[in-house]
Amino acid sequence: MIALGQFLEVLIGGLMSGVLYSLVALGFVLIFKASGVFNFAQGAMVLLAGLALVRALDLLVAHGVPFWAAIVLGIGFGAAIMAATAWLIERFVIGPLVNQDGLTLFMSTIGVTFVLEGAAEMIFGSDVYPLRLFPTDAWFVFEDLFPGGILVNKLDVWGALIAGILVAGLAIFFQRTKTGRALRAVADDHLAAHSVGIPISWIWFVVWLVAGLVALVAATVWGTKLGVQFSITFLALKALPVLIIGGLTSIPGAIVGGLVVGAGEKIAEVYLGPSIGGGIEYWFPYVLALAVLLVRPQGLFGERIIERI
Amino acid sequence: MKQIPRTEKEGFKEEDIRMTNVARKLLILAAAVLSGAAFTTPAAAQNEQFIPILSYRTGPYAVNGAPFANGMADYYNLVNERDGGINGVKLLVEECETAYATDKGVECYERLKSKGPTGAAFFNPLSTGITFALTEKTAADKIPIVTMGYGRADSKNGAVFPYNFPLLGTYWSAADIAIQHVAKELGGFDKLKGRKISLLYHDSPYGKEPIPMLQVLAQKYGFEFTPIPVTHPGVEQKSQWLAIRQNRPDYVLVWGWGVMNSTAIKEAASVAYPRDKMLGVWWSGAEPDVTPAGDQAAGYKALMLQHGAGRFPVHADIEKYVYAKGKGLSEPGKIGEVLYNRGMVNAMLGVEAIRKAQEKFGKKPLTGEQIRWGLENLILTDARIKELGFEGMMKPVSISCADHEGARYGRVQQWDGKGWKVISDWYTADESLIEPLVADVSAKYAAEKKIKPRDCAKET
Repeated sequence: MIALGQFLEVLIGGLMSGVLYSLVALGFVLIFKASGVFNFAQGAMVLLAGLALVRALDLLVAHGVPFWAAIVLGIGFGAAIMAATAWLIERFVIGPLVNQDGLTLFMSTIGVTFVLEGAAEMIFGSDVYPLRLFPTDAWFVFEDLFPGGILVNKLDVWGALIAGILVAGLAIFFQRTKTGRALRAVADDHLAAHSVGIPISWIWFVVWLVAGLVALVAATVWGTKLGVQFSITFLALKALPVLIIGGLTSIPGAIVGGLVVGAGEKIAEVYLGPSIGGGIEYWFPYVLALAVLLVRPQGLFGERIIERI
Repeated sequence: MKQIPRTEKEGFKEEDIRMTNVARKLLILAAAVLSGAAFTTPAAAQNEQFIPILSYRTGPYAVNGAPFANGMADYYNLVNERDGGINGVKLLVEECETAYATDKGVECYERLKSKGPTGAAFFNPLSTGITFALTEKTAADKIPIVTMGYGRADSKNGAVFPYNFPLLGTYWSAADIAIQHVAKELGGFDKLKGRKISLLYHDSPYGKEPIPMLQVLAQKYGFEFTPIPVTHPGVEQKSQWLAIRQNRPDYVLVWGWGVMNSTAIKEAASVAYPRDKMLGVWWSGAEPDVTPAGDQAAGYKALMLQHGAGRFPVHADIEKYVYAKGKGLSEPGKIGEVLYNRGMVNAMLGVEAIRKAQEKFGKKPLTGEQIRWGLENLILTDARIKELGFEGMMKPVSISCADHEGARYGRVQQWDGKGWKVISDWYTADESLIEPLVADVSAKYAAEKKIKPRDCAKET
């Protein structure tokens, strides 16, 4: 019974962690789905959004603004920064590269990553900035069934709720709105979309803005978990296997991929790790991703693209 | 040297020199870009001693690397501004950004080792990984590598490692002091038997270094020792802490750096592991390690590499001769924090080694080989420490050919939610346990690298 309780605790903890990875992976999916660009800068966008939010929040609270009002204004400031970033990226990086191949666009986002990381730290600072938007303590459930109960972190639950709301909102946006459908059209073929009157510049601004707002949401959760700091950019590495497993074009896939990665790495670390020296959760998700690639190259939920020659 | 441009104002107060965060960072960046060329004319450079600083102000460990680098740079600046250098030999200092990455550290070393009229005086890499990578290179180039409170623990043996100086404490000394403190809290060494002690460590050469000593201690005292690795940079530790929750160790030793430390404290809180049963090494016991965790960090304990936080007479000189002239690198509120002070102590030991070497080789810029002699013959008495303004921060140091550590003292501090409080008396690491391990491991290294150990009895 104790072993079962421990396994459930690791499994639930892993699934919850996976949802937090999904929050970052969603930003990748959005941009890829809408523009065909693999956005390497998503981790840096989370850092930038988080720093803008927390620094504004700290400043407002220090000037006597009530905390709830400071949160609203801080989020507004963070959103404005992400909007400005989206405009700059579209105007100076992605826009001039319209109709270039995917690799060129991908390389440009690597450049964007370094610029955003450097600029974010230069403007907002490189310390660790605590952010306390959600509770970080834990519930201990099923204490009568398992000795000590099963630990469920409240922050993880908040993360799961937020991810659920985001997925629902984004699904509606892509499926039911004119802009969402235009985004998908642009992703299929830049030039064809342009020829039927879809304003590509505007669409790309919108998609980078939405990805920026998703980064802001991810920053609220990860910032509460870790404090807003440079290490947040490493989350991009956690999101990669999530994308490979879930599929680059599927929003629900990002969630399922996150769950697989989160549960897989935690179970592997706790049960397999001690026998092979530990510290395996860093690379184990990539093992899972490679296994998925072997049987389903497009990921579990990705679109299967067949090109006829 | 990395300098902030002097302003027009004279007679500064702290408020006068307080810059906005943005401006400060821009200036530091500009200084980093321009560093090296900032000091004097080429003619004057002939009477300068070149000192490189391998620092990290960017990347995941910048939070801890920046205050340490600030403390070092400010102290070198103090020596120039207050004393006109060391016996008239000005210090020419240049920073090189490593981002705590071994490859960049090696790159910095190669770029800076020959700089200045006599080459680099010594290197302080502030990274055990870089130390491992440079150990053979520095010996071949005859440049000391000073690793105060970190680096290879076996390099305490100067007979095998003539150019390594793990001053003030190795990780084996730290491990022994940590277990001494745990034993004291439990009521004696006999109470360690059957206890569970886990080591949560950064999965790198740094984090792995104490493991052999802790295994020796576990065998001697009969406690169950479990090492638990955390992968770089340490942002995800849920599985480790779930394992700790299930295993319920009596103590968790934390060998972390940067974000790993604060994340460990937060995860401990989330699994309700008592913070006062966590004991960090001295690199897991600074302000950036606890403040991000807020109230959850209250009760957390850490070893002290002798000194702690606080201001001492040397800080008054720093304020007067460096900050009042607008040349300081730190935010004024952070002067006196743990890592800032450690950077100062590290810089001071290097300066005193140069001074010692000048006694033998003359008051001029010296080579790394000459400064190695200064390091190996450095003795700092209580009186000299007081004279330097470090009284209360450290105990006497006596370095020799056989002992490149020079001192093995430590204390324990506890975070009360607002500041560090010293909660123990001084501990001295048990040489009778450490020395056999040092002799064994360094002998294996010597055999592997075909090094003939020096006869320390013949060294002068």
